[in-house]
Amino acid sequence: MKFALTVNGKARTVEAPGDKPLLWVLREELALSGPKFGCGQGLCGACTVLLDGEAVRSCSTPLSAVGKAKVTTIEGVGATAVGQRLRAAWVDLDVPQCGYCQAGQIMSAASLLAANPRPDDAAIDAAMSGNLCRCGTYHRIRAAIHQAAAGGTRRAARDGETGHAG
Amino acid sequence: MPAETDRRFVLKALLAAGGALAFDIELATAATGPAAGPALGAFVRLNPDNSVTIIAKNPEIGQGVKTMLPMLIAEELDVAWSAVRIEQALVDPARYGPQVAGGSTATPTNWLPMRQAGAAARAMIVAAAAEQWGVPAAQLTTAAGEVSHAASGRRAPYAAFAAAASRQAVPAMATLTLKDPARYSIIGQPQRGVDTPAIVRGEPLFGIDTRLPGMVHAALLTPPVRGAVLRSFDAAPALALPGVLKVIPLRRIGEADAPIDALAVVAESWWTASEARKVLLATWDNEGRERHSDAAFAAAAQAAHAGKPQVPVLARGDAATALAGSARQLTATYTYPFAAHATLEPQNCTARFAEGKIELWAPTQLPGGGAALIAKTLGLAPGDITIHLTRAGGGFGRRLQNDYMALTAAIARELPGRPVKLLFDRQEDFKLDFFRAAGFHKFEAGLDAAGKLVAFRNHLVTFGANGKPGRGADLEATVPAELVDHADLGVTVLETNVPLGWLRAPGSNALAFATQGFLDEVAAAAGKTLPDLMLDLLGAPRSIAPPAGSRSPAFDTGRAATVIREVMRQAEWRGATPGRGFGFYFSHRGYFAAVADCRREDGGIRPVKVWVAGDIGSTIINPLNAEQQIRGSVIEGMGHVLSGLKVPIDQGQVQVANFDGYALPRIDVVPEIAISMVRSDNPPTGLGEPAMPPAIAALANAISSLTGQRLRTLPYEPA
Repeated sequence: MKFALTVNGKARTVEAPGDKPLLWVLREELALSGPKFGCGQGLCGACTVLLDGEAVRSCSTPLSAVGKAKVTTIEGVGATAVGQRLRAAWVDLDVPQCGYCQAGQIMSAASLLAANPRPDDAAIDAAMSGNLCRCGTYHRIRAAIHQAAAGGTRRAARDGETGHAG
Repeated sequence: MPAETDRRFVLKALLAAGGALAFDIELATAATGPAAGPALGAFVRLNPDNSVTIIAKNPEIGQGVKTMLPMLIAEELDVAWSAVRIEQALVDPARYGPQVAGGSTATPTNWLPMRQAGAAARAMIVAAAAEQWGVPAAQLTTAAGEVSHAASGRRAPYAAFAAAASRQAVPAMATLTLKDPARYSIIGQPQRGVDTPAIVRGEPLFGIDTRLPGMVHAALLTPPVRGAVLRSFDAAPALALPGVLKVIPLRRIGEADAPIDALAVVAESWWTASEARKVLLATWDNEGRERHSDAAFAAAAQAAHAGKPQVPVLARGDAATALAGSARQLTATYTYPFAAHATLEPQNCTARFAEGKIELWAPTQLPGGGAALIAKTLGLAPGDITIHLTRAGGGFGRRLQNDYMALTAAIARELPGRPVKLLFDRQEDFKLDFFRAAGFHKFEAGLDAAGKLVAFRNHLVTFGANGKPGRGADLEATVPAELVDHADLGVTVLETNVPLGWLRAPGSNALAFATQGFLDEVAAAAGKTLPDLMLDLLGAPRSIAPPAGSRSPAFDTGRAATVIREVMRQAEWRGATPGRGFGFYFSHRGYFAAVADCRREDGGIRPVKVWVAGDIGSTIINPLNAEQQIRGSVIEGMGHVLSGLKVPIDQGQVQVANFDGYALPRIDVVPEIAISMVRSDNPPTGLGEPAMPPAIAALANAISSLTGQRLRTLPYEPA
């Protein structure tokens, strides 16, 4: 079947079965390999993308369910101010270890900050607990979200922190 | 330029097209000496714009080595870190020596030779400048990629001397002076990961991201029982599906001790291949492998514990007599389950086979092992195999086994000229893992009337074959065995159909829990706390040689005592406190102690704060990454103790299929982690592993102290 999608601000047409997961459409048909395959069941969050700004697990979102929703992947998240600040904070604090989960982490964080521009640690934990980091970079993920929320400076980020950061 | 050769050092400096100066450097390792072991290579290119390209030779799995090894070269080359570009090396052991990510070995093996490589290249540039300016080399200084002559005020970038440097005599190793650490500007400074910007832009870096023209995709159907043999199959229903190209039976492919039978479905899309597995029909011969179950293992271990160990490991003094004569005896059994690696990037590999040669793109920790296995599998010569190292989405020891490379090669052979990527789905990734062995320890301790530990016995029932423990399943002579007068260690080896593998801090991750847990009991029996008992046992600072025939390094009791005292100071240790636990362990040449505070929350147990003190020598090469490695070790340790890193085996089948059955720690449970590193006058050693074992022990002991029930089985499961 033919599907018309909007991905990272561009109109794209793909020819694929409607039950093909969005993740594999992005990776195989559109050569967007930023979203990662981790579990195939929405358990790890490595495949997270935004549909109209909201985080979804693309590994368990069938192509037919996307409809007219605008798809944003890690490759396109820098088009928004929040996405830019998140990427910058991730680099500044050197969040990744192996890095495999980080695209999904950043997309979940983008969805969080769109809904809650100054989240506290509890809000971050609630929004981010669907994203597994096998290496355990959680302290820096939290700090980077605070930093991005505060406009990108470390001092402002520290003022916004409420507790159990390491 | 002819290369000057002494046995320890070969350097070729070549002026490349376009004016770049390439240094190809080969050095004997300090650890092995010139006579033994392969040399280590480095490759550095000084570009005309005065930037420097350094080839990163080892696999990057998240341990930070792609950044760390070039830092060592750049420091002694004396260039600005911002001017350094890093490229991943091809697999080429003749040029680079061993290219491996494992055993926390990169730092101790490369610390000296990589700095020497940088210093040698710098010396040739300085010699060229001296010649060009007509001044003695000794009057020249360097900084940030520039040569300066203070007396005349002359300054020039290194690149200005590229041609002249390529004609310089290669310096003798003995003439090279390494920097005073006080002058370091790169080593010891926080440096970000070189791939971090590409990671946050979502650029293709990982094995799974490999994309080649005309590439097709493969998914595996494997038997429910690990190791079962393919008896028959019907590919027709799968081949009838649109996009499915081929079904390939694979028989006895993989590591020698863990052959795999499977059906590979090849399709235009991985998702198509994966879906097509559902209509594949296959029958398998279990050949009796369904007899392997946790219940049977536990019963066999209990029976073994009633008798003597099958294989003695260490005997000192007379433990039997000392035990019998001791004023007080303690005995306890400690157990832990099989555990999986669960790298977030599932195992995958891409290969193209054509005209008797194969080219592969692989996220592997041990590419040399992969090449050897493929040579054997396909009957190729080593020269017919080219391996590109990709970044790996986690390793943790899983990618020291190269079964997925061999499987990919076997599939590619059936598709000549066509690149194919094999990707395990999460269920296959769990099923086909090489597991941390389960273990059953029977401990016995004897205390004298004053409460001193005088006799110690440890009978480990472990797994392996023919009386030999499998990978990471061995019993090492660890604290307290070498510190008591009478010790007796031995193992009994059970067989299992699931293959065993190295999991981060192999052996140590389990032995730390068991031995430090039992010692915590011994301490309580003696009216002490564990850190005090440890300090008593360690006694005066001295070096204890490993048992004869062991490859372990010597154990320095002074370094151990120092990190114990440091963590006690940091955590303000004041005797037994409910919810507080301690652990010490020495592994991978690193001395680490930890204290954990846990509390009850929402019907479970939550770690609130973990203190870690460690000694890995004189220098923390990259503090920014060191902090990550230690935090990650503590968090993975929480997985072993609290989250439930447990793979049950029932009737030969792995009982974990996805992350819902294998709960790794998530962001909402991580505690505050306070780190204190002790600097000692020793060469720096690795940090990928040694912080984890004591964290596991501290967390387990904290739970025991919180619940009042001794935690003798991992993971903790609330009653």
